Amino acid sequence: MSKFKKKKSGELPAISTASLPDIVFMLLFFFMVATVMRQNTLMIENKLPFADQIEKLDKKDLVMYIYAGKPSSRYRASAGSTARIQLNDKFAAVEDIKAFILAERTAKREELIPFLTTALKVDGDTNMGLVGDIKKELREVQALKINYTTRQGKASSNLK
Amino acid sequence: MARRSAPEVNAGSMADIAFLLLIFFLVTTTIETDSGISRKLPPPQEEDIVPPVLKEKNIFVVELNKNNDLLVEESPMQLEELREAAVKFLDNGGGVGDEACDYCQGDRSTSSSDNPTKAVISLRNNRETNYATYIAVQNELVAAYTTLRNREAERLFGKSFVQMEKDLKDVNYSGNKEALKEDIKKIQFMFPEKLSEAEPKK
Repeated sequence: MSKFKKKKSGELPAISTASLPDIVFMLLFFFMVATVMRQNTLMIENKLPFADQIEKLDKKDLVMYIYAGKPSSRYRASAGSTARIQLNDKFAAVEDIKAFILAERTAKREELIPFLTTALKVDGDTNMGLVGDIKKELREVQALKINYTTRQGKASSNLK
Repeated sequence: MARRSAPEVNAGSMADIAFLLLIFFLVTTTIETDSGISRKLPPPQEEDIVPPVLKEKNIFVVELNKNNDLLVEESPMQLEELREAAVKFLDNGGGVGDEACDYCQGDRSTSSSDNPTKAVISLRNNRETNYATYIAVQNELVAAYTTLRNREAERLFGKSFVQMEKDLKDVNYSGNKEALKEDIKKIQFMFPEKLSEAEPKK
């Protein structure tokens, strides 16, 4: 009988926090691996539309990004409220796209150039006129592989 | 002099340092959405080339006007019905003789497309059309092709087209990749994605 009673001490034992660093480190490594540092600071609103017939773009270094949308509220005073194109970190005109694509191409190794894809990250609330202009420019510089970047979701949720 | 044991490093603040780093990475993380609808643009056109003449019945006209209304073959349609209508058009197989389609399961109506290899979907949009609506329509049209390709892949190779493409990308795929590539090409040949886009109207 006394054997059992001995173990029961009145106070609660303190919870050991020795493994806390390990847990935190585990989380830290997860986020370090999962993090993609944003290459461009967005100066436009970028609410992508939804689609479900999507393909993943897995080779990040072979993707060129073209953003378009209405300038976000910080830049509205200087850039106006109509939809604009953003290349790298600044606003651009439609004519700048050609130069941008050519510059991106020279930065890549020659054998990779045919695999370059242009990702169009266009805000859902943009007129097709601007998108059509972008596509026309891309055709003229033979950047024919494009990808309309979208979010995963039902197509019908675009119509609200 | 007596040897002193090395003093132990206090690891009590290790958790704090780790937390600091963790919070930094938490804040800077943006899970990028890098997936979307892949398309191929047509090469730039030379001025003097006459476009090939297509039969009226082989063209499926999808139009988006400036009020984001969907017009299919000049009659209004809801987005939900578009996929089915496109499948019906592509799968019609109304051709005879050389243009007959032996794998189509459609109505074989004489007023719709002859053969999926001949059928063209023409998408026209206005400059004022909303991009989100355009993407929704593109999505439905791509879905129509995928539905048909899946059906044929299921019939011929016992697995869906989507699965075949996934296997092709999978580095751990055990089967023969060359054969798989040929099979994918065969399906793509049966239902080629002929989606033409007209210049947006003013």
